[in-house]
Formats: sequence, structure tokens, C-alpha cells
Amino acid sequence: MAEIRVEHLRKAFGDFVAVQDSNFVVEDGEFFVMLGPSGCGKTTTLRMIAGLELPTGGKILLDGEDVTMRRARERDIAFVFQLFALYPHMNVRKNIGFPLLAQGMPRAEIRTRVGETAKLLRIDHLLNKSVSGLAGGDRQRVALGRAIVRRPKCFLMDEPLGTLDTEFRDLMVHELRELHNRIHATTVYVTHDQMEAMSMADKIAVMNHGVIEQFGTPREIYDRPATMFVADFIGSPPMNFLGFGGGLSKGAKEIVVQGAKVAVPEVREDIAPAEMALGIRPEHIRFDDTSKLRGAIYGTEYLGTTQIVAVETADGIIKARVPAEIRLNPGDHVGLALSSARLSLFEQGSGRAVRTEIHDAASQGRAHHG
Amino acid sequence: MADVHIKGVTKAFGERIAVDNLDLHIADGEFVVLLGPTGAGKTTTLRLIAGLERPEAGSIHIAGHDTTTLSPAERDTAFVFQQYSLYPHLSVYDNLAFPLRSPARKMPEDQIRRRVEDVAKMVRIHHKLSNRSTKLSGGEMQRVAIGRALVRKPSIYLMDEPLSSLDAKLRADLRLELKRIQAELGATMLYVTHDQIEAMTMADRIGILADGVLVQIGSPRTIYSEPANLHVAARLGQPAINLLPVGLLPDAGAPAGTETIGARTEHLSIAKAANGHADGVVDWVEHLGDQNHLHVTVGTRKLVTLTDPDTDLAQGDKIMIRYRSPLYFGADGRRLT
Repeated sequence: MAEIRVEHLRKAFGDFVAVQDSNFVVEDGEFFVMLGPSGCGKTTTLRMIAGLELPTGGKILLDGEDVTMRRARERDIAFVFQLFALYPHMNVRKNIGFPLLAQGMPRAEIRTRVGETAKLLRIDHLLNKSVSGLAGGDRQRVALGRAIVRRPKCFLMDEPLGTLDTEFRDLMVHELRELHNRIHATTVYVTHDQMEAMSMADKIAVMNHGVIEQFGTPREIYDRPATMFVADFIGSPPMNFLGFGGGLSKGAKEIVVQGAKVAVPEVREDIAPAEMALGIRPEHIRFDDTSKLRGAIYGTEYLGTTQIVAVETADGIIKARVPAEIRLNPGDHVGLALSSARLSLFEQGSGRAVRTEIHDAASQGRAHHG
Repeated sequence: MADVHIKGVTKAFGERIAVDNLDLHIADGEFVVLLGPTGAGKTTTLRLIAGLERPEAGSIHIAGHDTTTLSPAERDTAFVFQQYSLYPHLSVYDNLAFPLRSPARKMPEDQIRRRVEDVAKMVRIHHKLSNRSTKLSGGEMQRVAIGRALVRKPSIYLMDEPLSSLDAKLRADLRLELKRIQAELGATMLYVTHDQIEAMTMADRIGILADGVLVQIGSPRTIYSEPANLHVAARLGQPAINLLPVGLLPDAGAPAGTETIGARTEHLSIAKAANGHADGVVDWVEHLGDQNHLHVTVGTRKLVTLTDPDTDLAQGDKIMIRYRSPLYFGADGRRLT
């Protein structure tokens, strides 16, 4: 069990700054995901926590203890690379016990530990089976078993599901989260896949160019993105942006986009005239012929229960997620109605979100709970 | 463009039958997607049409001509591979022009230029025509690779998971583009993938392949709402269809012989239990942003459905669950009607 505290962490490789002044706390037992595109600094951060890379500046505290300059093997951390690689010539018991054998643990103790681990993963009936005969899900459980058998203070995982087929990935995402719910080991998980992050994380840090753009629960990050980068990185399809001009003043509840008035959450700060953007999640768009905001259907993507509809507007294509029963044809003209209470506003220059009612409602909510 | 007719084609590699007595007709201008896991015979089917493999039995007809014994060059197909294979020393322009410059074609250079520019616009790479192909991002390289297939006007385009090496965002963009380009050109296209989203969103018809056998072929809506059997039902839909034993929930409408009931989100009505009767309990509400999954336990079984992000259901709530015209499957796995 462990808490990980990162303070003013910085890493430069020559002139290139990989991580800039990162600050965050992973609480004991939390599943923490670092999410971002390749080159954003997430793996470098993870490697510094593991002790595989020394920071240029800042501190890393493990359970309050400064481990910044400690070697990897003095940190009692398990680093998990890819989950699916098993030793094909060994049976399940030997595969799981391998890390303990490598540590030089006495055989009797290994046997007990492996037995406990297998029970936790519900594969104790398979211990003497060969791994080559196992079904996919069981193979993954064995791989997980090998990762957790050492019972380290925390797990660090670097895109462990990176090379799996989509179906397997979905399965493993749920296995990992379920396992976490049972053993509550502090976990730091790095991925570029927002679905993995949203499905598993208690907290997410979204990184870009070495900077943490937002730190919060999956829901906060999805519902109240702090920047346009975050809004665009999360969601499938991502948030749509429609540009509008002019400033905003405190108390405003309406903006004008493409000549149409759009109700928005009440603005809580004054913004000098600038290029602005209205942010709309695809599921917050409905078709409504009376709306002044209009576009033409560009294409539809049928997904079974829902469909994604691309609509060409005066300001580019925006995508809506609507029920699959609605039949639409390319070229059809449609009006777009937006769920006003869920909209975000951004300054295009800095990409920063404008403070509105939804932020205040959220912080009040938190105060009540606290 | 042309139609392609595959009749009773079988291909084996030693003991293993990769494609088993396949019948498939792709109409002129149709976009057919073959969906199946690794090893289902998807790539082998493409290679058979391209002439890169010879079948043990059956015949392949392109535009009405029997091409079974013709060489790849004589068949006039265009193949896009999973890994973009561009000429690294050539510019984007020269990569695109390459197939048109073959000595057999003798196409005049100004005609080549027009064609390359048209295609470059189509795949949105025209602003980078003079770039070295190695100076492109992954998505741009794959656009060039697709473009290189498009400059020719072959009888059919054969695409082998061309988007699988790209990141999720780019994949989503290119899906829409590829469908638009195919429609614009009226191209005949056979596309293989293991990604159900690609199949659902792009295909005129989806063919479900398993162990070399074409299990079902039909429009995405047909395959999704009227799967032939349990295997097909389980391949499409996110979250995956719930397959439940008969008798778990009230199922008065089930036809005789029903063994399994298939229920997707739209086949279930879920409400908070009133007057003491409950069918199940909410395990958790998984907020994935655009999709929110409701996890439910019914007896010893677990169910997952989509739910409204603002649902008032919460962990531990007792709920009532009823089927709304679900799918019924018999003991042999076939769907009953």
C-alpha cells in the first residue's frame, strides 16, 4: 500500500523538456491513469516514478519517503510491461511463481503465494495446466497473476494492453479494474487510449507537451474539460468546436454562433473580445427543424444502437450521436438543437475553458460532500 | 469498375483449410467488408482475388470473365496493405504517379498530373505533394498508400486492414473519408478487418467469416438486428450482446426450442423495482463519457447495457428488467423467428 506524491517534477533530455513541473498525488489504493499522445511525457514520468530515469528537478515521495534518487530495485514497485507474454513451456503455477523464484524465495513460500494469487484471480483450478492449452481470458489472468504475485507497494503499467486485439482489450480492461477493486493496490497506468483511461481510472492526468493539462476524475475531465486539448483528446468522437467572436461578460447566458442564438451555462468571468469556441459533445446534439443553427448531412456511421452523423456547417464538420432509428441521407438539411446546460466555452488563443455555472455547481457539489 | 463473383472457392495450406467453399458476389460499385478474427480467412480471400494465391477448387470471375488462372498483373485489381509500403526515396507526387508510369500504360505526363492531383485532393494530401514520403505522419502515409491504389481505375479495390496501424482519432477520420471516396468513385471494394466499428460504419454489406466459412452476409442493419446465429450476434455491438439462458427473466414470447435469449440495450426495459419485486441489482454505473454502461447482476448472470448519462440508478439499486422483442436462439445456436 502506498501513496505517491510528485512535486515539481521536471525532466530534460538536452534542450528537449520531456516533463515540465508536474505536481500530483496518487492516493493509497487509487487507480491513476496518465493519458496523452505519444511524446507527451507520460512514459518519462512513469519511468521516473519507477526509478528507471533520474529527474532533472523535483521530488518523488513514496509513502512520504523521498525516493527521488533511489534505484529502481530499492523502491518495491512492480513495473508491468506487456501483459500477455507467458512462458509457453511452463505450466500455470510456474508462470505465476517465476518472479518469486527469480527473487530467490523458498519453494514452500512460493507455493503458498502462488496458490493465494491464483485464488484471487479465480484460476486456482488451472494451476497444473499448461498455458498453451488455455483460453484467451485465462491466459490473461495468468499474466496478471505473474504481475501481482510479488505484492509490491504499487504497480506501474506502461500501455500493457497496447498490442492486443480490440475484443481482448475490452476483456482485459474489465479484468484489470475488477482485480483492482479486489486488491486496491496503488496503480499508475500509462496509455494513449482514452477509452482505457475512462473505463479504469479513479483519477486521470491528461498530458500534452510535458505539461499536465488537467487532473481529475474521468467524469470531471469529460464533462468539464479545462482546455480545448483535453476536450478534443477525450471522447469518441471528440468534442465539436464552433467558432464565435466577441467578448463575454459575467452573467451572460446566450451567445451567437453562425447567426443563431445559443443558450449556454451562465458565464462567471469577464472575457475581453477574442476568438472564442463553443464546445459541444456529440451526444448533446439533437435534430430540430426549428433551430437556426443549420447544416447538411455529410455522412452517417451506423453503430447499431446509435449512429454518428457528420453534419457540414458554415464552420466545418461537426458530429452528432443520435439513435440509430433516425434515417438520414447525405445532403439533407437539418437544424441542430444543443443541450445548453452541457456546453463548454473556450478562448481559442490559450485554449483555456471559460469559467461558467457548470464549474461552480461542481465545486459546490464537492464542498457539500467534503 | 466491375463486379466480382467468387464461386465455390476453397484454399488450403497443408492440412489447414483457410477458405472453405466460399460463394460471394460483389456487385459493381458495392462496398463489402469481411469481418472476422485473425485466422478467419479474410486476407487469404483478398489474395485469391488478387491472384497472389491459387485456389484448390472453385473459380473467380471479374466483370464476367473467369480469371481463376490469370496472373495478378492480368487481373487489374488494386491492393492496399495493412502496412503502408511507400517508396521512401520518392516524393508524394511520384509515389502517387508510380502505378500510372508503368511502361505498359504509356500514359502522357500531363494526364498523369491531372489524375494525381485529383486523387491527392480526394485523400487530402495535395498540400504535401512535393514532400518526401518519409517526412509524413503515419496517417498521411496511409493516405498516400490509399491514393496510390486510387489513381488507377481497377476492376476492384482490395483493402487489408488499411487503418489498423493508425491511432483511434485518425481511424475515425479516414473511415468517413474512405466511404465518401468509394461512393464518389462508384468503386467496387472488398475490405477486410477485425474491427466491428469499421465494418458497421463503412459497408454496404458485411460478410461474417469464421474458420474460412462465410457465416452470414447482409447489410449492417440486417446483421446487427437479425444475426443468423449466436456467433454473429456476439461479433457486433458495444457493449456486447447479453446472451442469457431461457427462464432467467420472464420470457413468455419465446418460441418453442429457445435455449438462449440475446438482449442488447434496445431489447431491455429497466426500471427501479417497485412493490418489492426485483429481478436484479445494479453492480455499478460505468461512466465512459459518451457511453455509459449499466452493469447488472441477475441471479448468477451479469448484464451490461447502455444507459443515459443522467440515469438515477446507482450501485445496489434493485431493479425490474423486462425483455422487449429480444433475439431467440435454439440449442444449435441458430436464431429462431
